[in-house]
Amino acid sequence: MTATTTTTIIEGARYARHGRPFWRRALLRPESVIVLAIVVLLLIGTFAIPFFAQAYTYQTMILNAGPVLLMLLPVTLVIVTSDIDLSVGSILGFSSALFGLSYQAGVPLWLAAVIGVLAGAFVGVLNGVLVTAIGLPSLAVTIGTLALFRGIAVGLLGTTSITKFPPEIPRFLSSPMWGLPFPPVTIAIVVLAILFGVLLHFTPFGRGIFAIGLSIENAAFSGVAVNRTRFILFVLSGIIAGATGVYFTLQYSNAIGTNGFGFELQVVTAIVLGGVSIWGGKGTLFGALAGGLLIAALNKTLQLAGIGSDTISIVTGVALIFSVVVASIAGFISRRRRSKASALVAAGA
Amino acid sequence: MSVTHTVAPVEAGRSWFQKLVRARESSLVVLIILLVAVTAAIQPSFIFSDGGWRELLRQPTILILISIGEAIVIITRNIDLSVGSILCLSTYAAGTLFANVPGIPIILVVLVGMLLGAFLGLINGLLVAFLRVPSLVITLGTLYAYRGIAILWIGPHFIRSSWLPADFRALGTMPFLGIPVLLWVVLIVVLLVGWFMTSRRSGRDLYALGSNPEAATLFGLSERRLILGAFTASGALAGLAGLAYLAIFATGDAQVGTGYELQAVAAAVVGGVAIVGGSGSIWGVALGAFFLATISNALPVLGVPSLWQQALVGLFIVGAIMLDRILFISRIRRAKREGSAK
Repeated sequence: MTATTTTTIIEGARYARHGRPFWRRALLRPESVIVLAIVVLLLIGTFAIPFFAQAYTYQTMILNAGPVLLMLLPVTLVIVTSDIDLSVGSILGFSSALFGLSYQAGVPLWLAAVIGVLAGAFVGVLNGVLVTAIGLPSLAVTIGTLALFRGIAVGLLGTTSITKFPPEIPRFLSSPMWGLPFPPVTIAIVVLAILFGVLLHFTPFGRGIFAIGLSIENAAFSGVAVNRTRFILFVLSGIIAGATGVYFTLQYSNAIGTNGFGFELQVVTAIVLGGVSIWGGKGTLFGALAGGLLIAALNKTLQLAGIGSDTISIVTGVALIFSVVVASIAGFISRRRRSKASALVAAGA
Repeated sequence: MSVTHTVAPVEAGRSWFQKLVRARESSLVVLIILLVAVTAAIQPSFIFSDGGWRELLRQPTILILISIGEAIVIITRNIDLSVGSILCLSTYAAGTLFANVPGIPIILVVLVGMLLGAFLGLINGLLVAFLRVPSLVITLGTLYAYRGIAILWIGPHFIRSSWLPADFRALGTMPFLGIPVLLWVVLIVVLLVGWFMTSRRSGRDLYALGSNPEAATLFGLSERRLILGAFTASGALAGLAGLAYLAIFATGDAQVGTGYELQAVAAAVVGGVAIVGGSGSIWGVALGAFFLATISNALPVLGVPSLWQQALVGLFIVGAIMLDRILFISRIRRAKREGSAK
């Protein structure tokens, strides 16, 4: 008798958890909705907008979105721990300024690039120390370093800009690879996305990241090295943003103090749009990447439709609000359904 | 009071003089006096000229207004990143109103600007309060959306000073009892908001909510009502700041107020508002805003290129939050020591 009751409860619980078949659950995930939105958008573009359906469209789409797509990868991990890094746009500018200045001063290109990446790592370490060792809220810290390092970048370069980079590099960076409509940055995005995806979803370190995001105390009691993990993520975020700064400078062959201005907001928008919870503990790297691609596709479609770049900020803003509104309502419905299901289980027992 | 200050017993045991010395406001006043004194020593016309002292007092008014609004929101453990975009919309609405309705009373235009701001703030508040979505995300979205509306609406146009009645342009300079009218307005607003936050029930409720949302809800405070109120107030103050901008600069385009949200957060943090909510005073924030704005006026005089201004602002944000943390830790240590001594 007891055995059957237990079975019923387990069966019931399993029913409540996995009520719908796999394909329906997969379709209802935020990532699928985003991918669907991208596909619909590209289809509309292909059929309704002249000159949309050509390789050049996709090539420039990736090229324009490249820096944001690169930077959102580590920031996604930071947000899953329920921290935030708003300083990435300024790190890009800071790294770009140091890279440009040292190259102009006669440092070999590769060494200048290393300096740029190290500059990013330095800011990442600073963010990490302030957040973990001193215990300051990451929002306040990274708003501070956002202003500080943008200020240093602008202060260092002033109103000048450094444009004398070897011309073959920007040409290479913006040309398609092997006849495919993808610029070389695609490789970096794919490789890093796989690395960060594996790190987040398939390693103990990644499970620690989710644990921290769900409850920092529980994670600490379960043996997750909370502060070490958070510190590493801020440094990774700094390194990638620094590398993106070098890349950005070379792609546009231009080092100015305002490089990457406002990118932090685009990064956060893409991540939240991709279904990553800003409260932490929830989300996938693929979703964040898809969110970034959706914004890129939106930008390109609007631009080619001749609506102009002005409306892009409205669309970005509304898309962001819309995504959290939908997520909030979906969460409400699923909570209700779950509580009903568990009530059923309780009644059955 | 005990709700807002977790270490209140230690503070209560101090004399008023110790409190005065320890308060953020006093250190800011000292910093401001030092800054102005040094700058004036290098270039006396910085204050000792007809326009100098007036400019010194007039420039910070915009930042003071948006910062105290931002502070109200941060005190409730939220953040409002849309204030710069709201300021822009209010500025242009007021400008076109002056241009299209000749002879419209100035007070009416000011009210319209504030109402527009309040409305936009109310949208923020509704989204945050009813959808239980973090305000960082919502106001990031409305930062874009409101700015986008401004760009669509304004396009390449800009406000010409000929649109504005002479009386309105004079607000920033016309003295009343020796001080420009605009300054009186800002002073009164700061005093009113400060009084409300320290002495009114609803003001204390805002602190309580930010200090501990769960406890505040259990205590029976309506979280939704308070959040709606805070965002609406922030919007209205950003709207008023738009009018101050118009009175001072007599121009404005679709890019007015870009980046003000960070300056407002900076002023609030420098003024002693904790980013996690529940503490800080309006007077402190007003002084913080005055300090930051004065730095940017003083830098060129001190021989620092104004390009470095933003770096300095960043340094002050990081410095202020670190200082807060250090003071907090040392206060907790002292509280523990005194507790064990008893």
